[in-house]
Amino acid sequence: MKPAASDKIALAFGFDTGQPTAVEIPVGGIAQRTYWQNVWRRVMRDPFTVACGLILILIAAAALFAPWLGLPDPTLTNSTNRLLPVGSPGHPLGTDELGRDMLSRLIHGGRLSLMMGIVPVLVALLIGGSLGLVAGFVGGRINMLIMRVTDVFYAFPSILLAVAIAGSLGAGIRNALLAITIVFIPPLTRVTESVTTQMRAMDFVEAARASGAGTFTIIRIHVLGNVLGPIFVYATVLISVSIVISAGLSFIGLGASPPSAEWGLMLNTLRESIFLAPLVSVLPGFMIFIASMCFNLISDGLRSAMDVRL
Amino acid sequence: MPHARLPDLSFGGIVFMTAAHTTSAEPHPLLSVRNLRKYFPVRSDRVMGPRLLVQAVDDVSFTINAGETLGIVGESGCGKSTTARLLMHLIAPDAGEVWLAGRRLGDPGGFTLRELRRNMQMVFQDSYASLNPRLSVQDSIAFGPRSHGVPKQKTIDKARELLALVGLDPNQFGRRYPHELSGGQRQRVNIARALALDPILVILDEAVSALDKSIEAQVLNLLMDLKHDLGLTYLFISHDLNVVQYVSDYVLVMYLGKVVELGSVDDMYHRPRHPYTQALLASRPSMDPDIKLEQPPLIGDPPNPINPPPGCRFRTRCAFAEGVCEKVEPALTICNAATAHAVACHMHIAGAGHSRSV
Repeated sequence: MKPAASDKIALAFGFDTGQPTAVEIPVGGIAQRTYWQNVWRRVMRDPFTVACGLILILIAAAALFAPWLGLPDPTLTNSTNRLLPVGSPGHPLGTDELGRDMLSRLIHGGRLSLMMGIVPVLVALLIGGSLGLVAGFVGGRINMLIMRVTDVFYAFPSILLAVAIAGSLGAGIRNALLAITIVFIPPLTRVTESVTTQMRAMDFVEAARASGAGTFTIIRIHVLGNVLGPIFVYATVLISVSIVISAGLSFIGLGASPPSAEWGLMLNTLRESIFLAPLVSVLPGFMIFIASMCFNLISDGLRSAMDVRL
Repeated sequence: MPHARLPDLSFGGIVFMTAAHTTSAEPHPLLSVRNLRKYFPVRSDRVMGPRLLVQAVDDVSFTINAGETLGIVGESGCGKSTTARLLMHLIAPDAGEVWLAGRRLGDPGGFTLRELRRNMQMVFQDSYASLNPRLSVQDSIAFGPRSHGVPKQKTIDKARELLALVGLDPNQFGRRYPHELSGGQRQRVNIARALALDPILVILDEAVSALDKSIEAQVLNLLMDLKHDLGLTYLFISHDLNVVQYVSDYVLVMYLGKVVELGSVDDMYHRPRHPYTQALLASRPSMDPDIKLEQPPLIGDPPNPINPPPGCRFRTRCAFAEGVCEKVEPALTICNAATAHAVACHMHIAGAGHSRSV
C-alpha cells in the first residue's frame, strides 16, 4: 500500500558535522495494512494453502467452463467402448460402464458436485450466522429458544439427518441441497453464537454501547468483523463435508439422478465395475477426496492466518 | 470550581449548561445520583430454593459539581465498577435516579439515554480489551461521533486531533492497531475515544490501575491537563488511595455496595470518621521505614454480599461494633455541615444509641 503524502516522519541527520538536514521518509511497514491485507499476506506465505487454492481454482474453472473446453458430450454413450482403461486414445481417462468419456464426465461432474458443496454452506452460513448473531448478542430467552431448537438437530448424526430429510422430500438435486442446508444450519448457528457471546462480553463492545451507538451499528462494526474470521474458517471445513455428504446422497440415489454427471453418482454406477476397471472406477472418489481435502487444508491455512493477536 | 465550557453544537446533541451558565439562585450540580440500586439475581444453591440476590449497589447517592473530581474508593467487589456501569446504563439499574444539570433521565423535558451517553463517557481498566482489535485506533476513536451521524471524514479528522491531544502523533499512530501499541499508549487512545463525543463528565474506571507506575504518572498528568483544558468533570474510580488523594476534590468510600463516607479530600484523608475509612487509610504502605504496620488494620474478608449482615454492614469487622450496629442500619448523615462531610456510622450520629455516639 502506498502511504499517503502526509505519512512522513522527519529524521534529522548531520548533528555531528554541524550541518543538520531534515530528511523526510515515508512511514510504511505493517502499521499501514488492514487486517484482511495481513491475512492475505500470511495465506500467500503458506505453500500448502496456496497449492490447495490453485488446485481448487483449476477444478472450479474447468467445471465452470466445461461446455467450452471442446470435451466430448458427457452423456454420449458408446456401447462398443465400454470401460476403456486410463490412457486409451481419444479417452485419456478411459470410459465408464456405458462408454461415456470419463474426463468429460469428471469435469462436468465438478459443476454439480462443487455446487452442492458450496451452495448449502453459503445458504446455511447466511441463516445460521444470522441466528447465531442474534442469539449471541441479544442473549436471554431469545438465545435459549434458538439454541435449544438447534440442539434438537444435534441429536442426529449429520449424514443420517441429511439422508432422512432428502429421503422424505424425495430424490433430486434440489431436495438434496435443501437437506444439506438444513443439516448445516445448527452447527453454524452454534459456532456463531459462541463467538458472538464471547465478543459481547468484551469491553470494546461495552465502550461502543457507552458511546450511544445503536445495536445494529455495534453488531456491524464491532461484532461482525471479529466473528467473521472463525465462522469463515468453519464454513470452509463444512464445504468439504458438504461435498462428501452430497456425494453420499447421490451414491444412494437421493441426489443427482442418471444420466447427469456427478461424482457421487458416478462412484455408485461404476461400483460394479471395480474389478473390471479398478483405476477408472476410483476416479470419481479421487476427485471427491481431492476437493474435500483441499477445502480442509485451506480452512487450516485460513485459521492460522486469521488467528493472530500478535 | 465550575469551569466555563462553550456550548458545542457540532454534533447536534444537547449540551448541558454547567453551573457557570445557570442563572437560577441555586445552581444544579452537574451530576446527581439518587438511591441507585442494583441487585443481581444468582442461582440458588439448591433446586427450588429461595431466589438469591447479590446486593451489588444499594442506595448509592452522591452529587458532583461541574469541574470537580469525585473519587470512589473501596475494596474489590464493593460495587465501584458496578456503580460506573449503572451510571452509563450499561447495566440497567433496579432503582434510582440520574440527574444531569437538574434534568432527570427519562423525564419529558429531561434527557434520553443517548444524550446521557453523549455527555458522559467512560474509560475502562483493560486498555486492550476495550479497543476493537480489528479497527485502527483512529477508526476506534471515530466510531462514537460516526454513530451519532457525523460525516466520516470529519470524524477521522477529529480522531486525529484527539490523538494529538492525548500526546500521540496521528501520522505515526493513527492507522495502527491496538496490538501495535504499548499499554500506556492504548490507554491514551481510550481516553481520546472517551473524549470524541465532547463529554462533560468522564468516568475513569480504574483507568490507570493496570499501568506501571511511571506510565501511570504520565497518564494521570495527561488526565489532569485534559480536565483543565477541556473543563471536564471526572468520576475517578480506583483502589489506589494515593492516586485518589492526588486527583480528587471529593472522595466517596464504598463498602459492600453502600456508601459509608463521603467528604472532601482534606476531610477524608485527615479527619476520617468511619472506622472502615480509617482502616483503609491505615493500610496504606508508608514511605518511612520506621513506620511499619505490625498488625493488619482489618482482619478477614468482607461478608457475602448475597446475605449482608443486618444493621451496619461493616460491623462484622469493626472494632467498635455494639448492639445497636446489629439492629439499626446507620444512614449516611452529615457530620460536618461546613464541609458537607457525611458518614454512615452510629458513632457519629447524635443519639444513635452507640456508647461512643456524639
